[in-house]
Amino acid sequence: MATETEQDGPQEDWGPLSGLSGNPIMWVLIASELVVFGAIFISFGFARLSEPQVFAEAQDHLNRLAGAINTMVLLTSGLFAALAVHFQSRDDTLKTRLAIAAAIALGAVFLGVKFVEYADKFEQGISTETNTFFMFYYLATAFHAMHVVFGMVLLVIVGWKNSFENVVTGTAFWHMVDLIWVILFPLIYLMR
Amino acid sequence: MKYQTQKIAMAYFAVAMGLFAIQVLGGLLAGFIYISPNFLSDLLPFNVVRMLHTNALVVWLLLGFFGAAYYLVPEESEREIYSPMIAYLQLILLVVGTLGAVITYTFNLFEGNFFLGLQGREFLEQPFWVKIGIVVAALMFLYNISMTVLKGRKTAITNVLLLGLWGIAIFFLFAFYVPDNLALDKMYWWYVIHLWVEGVWELVMASILAFLLLKLTGVDREVVEKWIYVIVSLSLFSGVLGTGHHYFWIGTPKYWTWIGSIFSAMEVIPFFAMVLFSFTMVWKGGRNHPNKAAVLWSLGTAVMAFFGAGVWGFMHTLHGVNFYSHGTQITAAHGHLAFFGAYVSINLAIITYAMPYILKREPYNQVLNMVSFWIMNSAMAFMTFVLTFAGAIQTHLQRVNGEDFMDVQEQMQLFFVMRFGAGAVFVIGALLFIYAIFVPRKELLQKSTTAAAE
Repeated sequence: MATETEQDGPQEDWGPLSGLSGNPIMWVLIASELVVFGAIFISFGFARLSEPQVFAEAQDHLNRLAGAINTMVLLTSGLFAALAVHFQSRDDTLKTRLAIAAAIALGAVFLGVKFVEYADKFEQGISTETNTFFMFYYLATAFHAMHVVFGMVLLVIVGWKNSFENVVTGTAFWHMVDLIWVILFPLIYLMR
Repeated sequence: MKYQTQKIAMAYFAVAMGLFAIQVLGGLLAGFIYISPNFLSDLLPFNVVRMLHTNALVVWLLLGFFGAAYYLVPEESEREIYSPMIAYLQLILLVVGTLGAVITYTFNLFEGNFFLGLQGREFLEQPFWVKIGIVVAALMFLYNISMTVLKGRKTAITNVLLLGLWGIAIFFLFAFYVPDNLALDKMYWWYVIHLWVEGVWELVMASILAFLLLKLTGVDREVVEKWIYVIVSLSLFSGVLGTGHHYFWIGTPKYWTWIGSIFSAMEVIPFFAMVLFSFTMVWKGGRNHPNKAAVLWSLGTAVMAFFGAGVWGFMHTLHGVNFYSHGTQITAAHGHLAFFGAYVSINLAIITYAMPYILKREPYNQVLNMVSFWIMNSAMAFMTFVLTFAGAIQTHLQRVNGEDFMDVQEQMQLFFVMRFGAGAVFVIGALLFIYAIFVPRKELLQKSTTAAAE
């Protein structure tokens, strides 16, 4: 049961999903996630239109430096994930696992910075009920952070069962987590 | 029918059809009470009729799922059911429990008794002993089916079916958890029905539909399996957090309005995928299966589920809309078309497919069945439109203009009369279906085989 049956040859039967690397069901998940985060960002945009002052004032409470650090941390982590795919394509298991470990470690750093940010907000008495801006802030960032956690678990699994397809599948999810952050950060933290 | 134990399904389908008849007659009665509010008000108050209408539905759909599992698992696993005896005992237990709940409810016996009396939580009001019985029956069922699957061939269809059936049992356990806080009470209350119909029931539906299309269209199993994996992923992704659309106005934190809106809006996608799936399979499939009625129901369930659950659900699931439409006839319109389209139709599809085999009645003279399909679908579509218009008017008068509830009800009379008419036609369709399934043409068909084959 544990041994993955390696599907050789292109998976032509998956229709439009066939051309994508990794497990096709991962791309169903990724597309669904992008729809959800997209909807959250659009909702945020509309909510911001109706209360521009509240949003502008509340945004100044955010720690932009922490957000910028986290952007670099997550992108670097994505680099290691991409390297893992590169090493795995050469069947270099040791380097693959080291690269995945580095990606996971940086994911943990991201969560650490996030924790500091949240702790600071709670200290200021800011919760999901403070105003619409912070409701979206918590909703989007916490939801994203949960994906970071899930992505780390996934990376552990694909680092352990490191078939090429598995590594590509795990990395695809991890890049999606990057991608969402790269949109989330400017939208919620920076945009004036 | 390749395996003897597939016959177990017949007992389940028979009880299910009996409850189906009771359910639609109860619905007709409830529809009449809308027109004439004091009808039977002392003997059988509206809330009791409504509970019977709703719970008879849920119970017969579950019985249909059990029957479907007993029918399709032997064929998929390529072996007999592990224990037919357990299967029949399970059915007896469920029937006793159902009768117990109905009698207790109708006459309000043992009021206040924790073990024997009603528990007062709407639709989960079954006496405690009945709830225990349901859990025992579910365990018997899961043991029986799981053992059969474990010992036999494992397919994507049985995997998804098992996942769905285990989910049904697990989420029912929240019926036992009743927090004192009313908001929390409602929150867990939804864990049962929502995570059923917008979660694990979709898995059961997808696997039954996959089985039917596999048999009816002759497409490759590989293709069918890929589709159901995609459908299942989409259902669980959207449906689980989609529960949030019940948490808009019950006292839960405000972020639920957004989580609920966004995820439940996506619930339309798996239903649309089922439409694409069923039509693609029928187009691609080379087999021209003689059971046309089963093909009709299989396509019908995908389409009507998409409209009822998908489109009519989406119509009022965004919290900005739901703020006005909540609890109006819009909800009733959605509820009727969604339950009929998705879960009634998938049950009728598998029954239509399986019964000719069980009764050895090939080659399927099923004109009556197909007539009942069109009657039921037309009646339900009409009822849905009528209730939607009523709901739109009600939303405007009551929620926008702020008129009194009862004044608004009076202004909707015409719609309630039309709904009753649609209901009456539906009952005729339902009874015709039951007749078509069980009664006609036992011997005649043997003679007319050559004629039917042309």
